[in-house]
Amino acid sequence: MSRVICTRRRVSPLRALALATVLAGGSASVVGVAVPAWAAEPAAVGPTVKIDNFTFGPAALTIKVGTTVTWVNGDDIPHTVVSVDHTTFKSKVLDTDQSYTFTFTKAGEYPYFCSLHPHMTGKVVVQN
Amino acid sequence: MKDDERDAGSEEGLDRRGLLKCMTWGGTGLIWSLSAGLPSAMLVDQALGATAVKPFTFMQVSDSHIGFMKPANPDARVTLREAIAKINALPQKPDFIIHTGDISQLSKPEEFDDADQIIREAGLPVFYVPGEHDMLDDENGKLYLSRYGKNTKGTGWFSFDHAGVHFVGLVNVANLKGGGMGSFGPDQLVWLKQDLAGRPASTPIVIFAHIPLWTISQEWGWGTDDAGEALTYLARFGSVTVLNGHIHQIMQKVEGRITFHTANSTAFPQPAPGTAPSPGPVKVPEDKLRTLLGVTRVDFVRGDKPLAILDTPLSA
Repeated sequence: MSRVICTRRRVSPLRALALATVLAGGSASVVGVAVPAWAAEPAAVGPTVKIDNFTFGPAALTIKVGTTVTWVNGDDIPHTVVSVDHTTFKSKVLDTDQSYTFTFTKAGEYPYFCSLHPHMTGKVVVQN
Repeated sequence: MKDDERDAGSEEGLDRRGLLKCMTWGGTGLIWSLSAGLPSAMLVDQALGATAVKPFTFMQVSDSHIGFMKPANPDARVTLREAIAKINALPQKPDFIIHTGDISQLSKPEEFDDADQIIREAGLPVFYVPGEHDMLDDENGKLYLSRYGKNTKGTGWFSFDHAGVHFVGLVNVANLKGGGMGSFGPDQLVWLKQDLAGRPASTPIVIFAHIPLWTISQEWGWGTDDAGEALTYLARFGSVTVLNGHIHQIMQKVEGRITFHTANSTAFPQPAPGTAPSPGPVKVPEDKLRTLLGVTRVDFVRGDKPLAILDTPLSA
């Protein structure tokens, strides 16, 4: 799979779509759809939350409905991004420089944390 | 056999029951005393001047983080192998190893494979508890349990007896809650209470778990939220030794009859609380790394000497 990702410039749109579906499998929810970071790259409209020194920055983010947020891990230690309810969104483990994106499709407050280091917390506020 | 006699974590094919049989000493009473603030046990018949009982030793290995290949240590396999070589060089063979978690960096099968292959070089039974890095598979630790959790309960907790000492391996890295620290959870606490209930207060207890049971740094999550409850079950015992990892540095605290001790990592050092912006890996000069990594040896000496915990750096 990593080989396909590395050569994605040559991957046909249809193939890329199929791959995205596989990678996102099980991550879909009523609130939004998790999409692998690279697949979302062309859009790249939403804000980024940087994980540095075991901290989400910014810790609180306010966005409009429909915005895609990207989290990037800048630490030498893996982290995750998990909604406090454990179901709305949940990244796989993010090693150094890996990222996770999630599109918020409903207004509300979404507190989240790192399931490895639960003292790391953040919040996304989604407004209409 | 009671349910506390299991082969949890051991992949060596050694018969632990046989080992126990060899090591078992008669269930005679112990006299407890405190020496230099540390508990020590004395057999009643020894106190009366009878023959000494053979002491035993076990090793603690922690935070091997196999798969870690970052500036703080380009290959954690190399330093784990050196740690195992330290154990193999001991004049007296330890009875077994406990591994206090973070075997792997990212819970990948190949990381566990490499760790197992290196640790097997010690030729000793190994008892594992998971660290948070060992629960990162898609099914929240199922892979860890399939490899190391044979005959354990819940997310991987278990107990066993060895030479009159009761060992309890606990899991405080599963199902963690946002904003909190390490946690055992109610199911495990119920089990622990039952596991300890019938035991005489004279039984020496060794508790081992990944995250420290006393709060070293709330800000960095270095503690276990519901450890206080667990410690109430332990309060009546004459000697309790709590062995942890997670913080990649040696810290010790004695509180009443409970000795808390954290071990060095075999992979990379972490900063002392408050000395760095985060608890992330510390990059030290190449020639200093091995002074900050190591293994821990625990000696149970029955007699008037204190229970001894000795940390040995890889550089020694």
